[in-house]
Formats: sequence, C-alpha cells, structure tokens
Amino acid sequence: MYVAVKGGEAAIENAHKLLAEDRRGDMALPEIDVAQIREQMSLAVDRVMTEGSIYDRDLAALALKQARGDQVEAIFLLRAYRTTLPRLGMAEPLDTQGMQVSRRISATFKDLPGGQLLGPTFDYTHRLLDFALQAERQPSEAKQGGTLPQAMPQVVDLLNAEGLIEQECPDDDDEVVGDLTREPLMFPASRAVRLQSLARADEGYLLALGYSTQRGYAKSHPFVGEIRSGMVRVELDIPELGFAVDIGEIGVTECQMINQFRGSKSEPPKFTRGYGLSFGYAERKAMAMALVDRALRAEELGEDITAPAQDQEFVLYHGDNVEASGFVQHLKLPHHVDFQAELALVRKMRAEIAAGDTAPAFEEAAQ
Amino acid sequence: MTADDNYNFGFLDEQTKRMLRRAILKAVAIPGYQVPFGSREMPLPYGWGTGGMQVTAAVIGADDVLKVIDQGADDTTNAVSIRRFFTRMTGVATTEKTRQATLIQTRHRVPETPLQAGQILVYQVPIPEPLRWLEPRETETRIMHALSEYGVMHVKLYEDIARHGHISTAYDYPVLVNGRYLMRCSPIPKFDTPKLHMNPALQLFGAGREKRIYALPPHTDVKPLDFADHPFEIEHWPEPCALCGATDSFLDEVILDDKGDRMFVCSDTDYCGERREAGHRGRMSPPENLEAAE
Repeated sequence: MYVAVKGGEAAIENAHKLLAEDRRGDMALPEIDVAQIREQMSLAVDRVMTEGSIYDRDLAALALKQARGDQVEAIFLLRAYRTTLPRLGMAEPLDTQGMQVSRRISATFKDLPGGQLLGPTFDYTHRLLDFALQAERQPSEAKQGGTLPQAMPQVVDLLNAEGLIEQECPDDDDEVVGDLTREPLMFPASRAVRLQSLARADEGYLLALGYSTQRGYAKSHPFVGEIRSGMVRVELDIPELGFAVDIGEIGVTECQMINQFRGSKSEPPKFTRGYGLSFGYAERKAMAMALVDRALRAEELGEDITAPAQDQEFVLYHGDNVEASGFVQHLKLPHHVDFQAELALVRKMRAEIAAGDTAPAFEEAAQ
Repeated sequence: MTADDNYNFGFLDEQTKRMLRRAILKAVAIPGYQVPFGSREMPLPYGWGTGGMQVTAAVIGADDVLKVIDQGADDTTNAVSIRRFFTRMTGVATTEKTRQATLIQTRHRVPETPLQAGQILVYQVPIPEPLRWLEPRETETRIMHALSEYGVMHVKLYEDIARHGHISTAYDYPVLVNGRYLMRCSPIPKFDTPKLHMNPALQLFGAGREKRIYALPPHTDVKPLDFADHPFEIEHWPEPCALCGATDSFLDEVILDDKGDRMFVCSDTDYCGERREAGHRGRMSPPENLEAAE
C-alpha cells in the first residue's frame, strides 16, 4: 500500500505508450502526414510558430502532430527545441513596406493608394458548417485579376504627411535591443522587450486583455489603420562581408492600430500607435497584440494607469503560455509534504479551538 | 549508461552553462540574494523543476553521482523523470543513497541523512520571492530587499500569533540569510528549515520560470524569523514511522481505508530503507520471516 502512493519507472513507461497509442487513434484510418498538417492546418501551424518563436512550418507541423493538435503543448515542444539551437546573428529590421502582400486592409479610409485587398480571409464568410468538406473535393479557383504593386505605402505614413500621427523613429544603432530569450525580463521593460514578450504571449490571453481595453478598462479608441499579410525578406548582416545578405522569406501579418491621444501640455492632440506582428496569418493575434501594446504605453504617454492591460508587470509576467501552463499544471505533481505540514497545522489549530485555549494567546499577543 | 550523442553534455550548450555558472558564482558570493538569469526553455514544463535542472546541468560533471528526490522520495514520478533525463543527457552514475551522492536535486525536502562537505544540494524553486504574498510586484520587492525592509514579514508573523496564538506558516518558512537577505526555502516543510543552517554542503536554488538563482554557501548562518516569546519550532507527529520506527524524520500520512485508519511513514525513502536494513522496525513492518523470504 505504501508503494501505491509513489510512481515508478514502469508507470511512466506505460503512460508514454498509451499516449502514443491514443495519438494514433483508429488504426483503420490512414496516419496523418506532417506535410498534410503543414498545408491543411496552416493557421494552427502559424500560431505554433508565432508563440513557439521559430519560423519553421515543418517543425511546427511535427509539433502539432506529436501534441495531438494541442496548440500550447505544440508551442512548448517548439520552444524546448529552440533552446538547443545556436544563435547565428541578429537580422536587420524587416521591411514590411516592401512586403509581397496577399492581404491588406484599412478600416480608416474607404480607399487608399494600393487599394483594399481582402485576400484569403474568414471575414464575410457565413459560419455555416460546410458539409461538402466531409467529402474530398477540389476547391474552385479564385479569379485572378490585375497585378499588385511591388510596394504598398503604409496607411500610417499617409497620416504622417499631415503630422497627425506620432512618428516612429528607428532606435539609434548603438542602442542594444534586449533579447527576452537570453536575458530575464526586468522592469520597466523597454518597448522592444515588451513587443517581444507580446509576440510570444498566448493569443487567448492577449485577446482577452485587448478586448478589455475596448470595454472601458483603459479605453484607447482604437482603429485598424492597416493590417497586411504577406511575404517579407529577411536580411542578415554578415560581419565578415560588411553588408547585409538576403537569407530568405518569411510570411508575417502586421497590424498598425491607430489610437486617439488627447494631447498633453507639451504635445498637441494627435494619433498614437499600437503595433502587432505575427508569423503567417495569425491576424487575431496581431490585432490583440497591437491593442495591448498601445495600452502598455500609458506611462510613456502620461496617461493614468487604471486597468490591468496597462500594467507592465501584470501583462508581461502572465502572458507566456509555456510558463503559465507549466505552473498551473505542476499542481498535479505530488505535494504531500507541504500538505502534511498544513494538515498538522490545521489539526493543531482545531485542537486549540476545541480546548478553548486560543483566547489567552490572543490577549497575550495583542498586548 | 552512455550519454545521448545528439545533445551536449548536460543538454545545455556551453555558452548557456557559462551564463548559469556566472549567475551561480554571484549567488554564492551574496548568500540569499536572488540573481536574475536568462532562464531557458527546458524539455520539462515550467513548475516541474526547470530551474533546478538548469542549475544541475551547469554544475554536473562526468564524475558526479546524482540523486534526485521529490517529496523526499527517489521513486516519485517526477524524480524518476528528471533522473532519467540526466542519465540520458550526461551518462553519469545515479544513486538513491544520500551518502553516495555528490549532487542531489530535490523538490520540497532536505534529506534526513546529514549532508557532507563537498556535496551539492540543488533545490527546485517555484516562487523565489519570500515577500511575494505580501507584495505582488517585483519592482517593489527588489527595493525592499535592497533596503532590508523586512518589517512586513514580521508584521505578518505577528498577526498570525495575534489571530491563531502561533505562527501559521507550515512550509516555505521565511529565513534571514547571513544576517542580510530574507530568503524563501523553496518550499520545504519547516521541519527541514533548521537543516539549512551551517550546512557543510553547498546549497543552490534554481527558479526557472521566475528566472532567479540563489545560494547558501557551506556554513552559512540561516535563521528562521521568530520572536523571543514565540520561538521557531518544528512540527511533531503523534507516532513514529510505521515501517522503521523513526521518531526524528518527516512523516507522510498514508490513508489506509475509508474508516479513518492511517499510517505514518518516512517521507525520505532512502533514510527509511537504511534504517530498516539496520534492523529498525515499525508497527506495520512485515513479520521478520516474510521479509527474509523476499
């Protein structure tokens, strides 16, 4: 009976076998291929890459397969793998203006240079289950029309011409950008570090926090200045060469949120910005991130800090789902030593109350 | 067993280990001070010992003999899992014997067998900040440590006494290290707290999710907070260990049936086993002849 409380090697071994069996499911059906997940579960792959902090569609698809579709578990697998990868260098800032866009919309202007481009979006679909998908079929091809410009100006830059929106200047070259994956988070965190943290943060968590700012907890009057998705080039500065080299393309979604700012003693009223960026088509994530980024700028803009979404420590310490999931689930580990200590204490306190001897102690202590 | 060639010795790369060792050296130099470090994602979840594992990975050498315990026991699932991880990643020898181990990673307990000079005890820490329940903000608690502003903790303990007649902290009891830093003892039951004081072994504490390392060098003064009229005391059990008869060890309660029957057994399985081997017996020990037949 004593042994029953403890686990053992055999139990762990068997649990792992059961897990593999359950993951495979009905053996009569063909096994799902990693390439199929990569191609057909692509938004799941996008989320795993974004929060897992590695742009690799195949690894993310593999993680999803291994995690039986559990996103947080897949993200964790990718993060743990990431630990073992060497750091080769730091890429140049992405030029999203030069993006090969597949989607680009603005909610602030009816039309704009470059045009509105819906792209492959769920927006305006009726959320009716499509039973035709139960059978295999080929999708009807979308009509190709016109050509897209090579570069599209960003909406926020159009407002810049009038000085209506704050300028965002690149950091000085000598200012070192922090790296959240190498150094611990310290407060107050710079915007660069905050954005890193938000990019890795759980989508559901950011969605709820962003939503809270829309419902009056740190009201910020947001407008979608622009959302764009597409491929951007990644350039890496090679010290031996002395110039940056194009090392490939990645798919990203960028959201520029525009928010009202009433102005202060030193600054006239103008629009401010919140920024969101995710891998692939993780658009909901990019939007929520932009809302929270703006809320976290409260201190810098001289706004009152009244809501959870404005609180750096609260937002940044609790957004990482690998950390949160681990700590919440560690409650499954045995805690019988702590519990035994508590049990002894509660028994002692109850015995004291039953014996009616708490009053003297109270008086004594209160003196 | 030989180590897995696909990974560096101890899983982490040498750069990361160097970063960890620097943090550990700083922690040893300032006993009880929480050193922030660039914690990495480990292949085990946060909250399951990632801090302890990173510290172990940073200090382990090929000649080390590793022991891993959780709740005092070598055969609890997470202890088994972590021990297997290091066996695979380093190929070092493992043991369940406290006396034979050079490196012990633990969760929630300090072994009953006194540690020796040269041994290292690595604690897995969930929340490193002793003031966290009194002040949730890290920015505030760092200032409080800088100023040795620990009055709130004394007030909390005083309020316990005022309300309950005694201090109602059963585990994770706050201690003052080297007369300077308030420190959290991972969570260990207060039964274990006195073992930290002047311990000849090096004690290292790793909190992975919270990204902090702290340490007690050998022979460090560790004092539980208390009051002259309410001195620190440890818990006691109504009966000895049912298997080895020990009266000086931390006992786990095991419920035997739905009628309230229970037994108490040593939480430290190695200690209990060693005592039984030496012939000590408890009230629920199997009959001698049966044991001999096994």
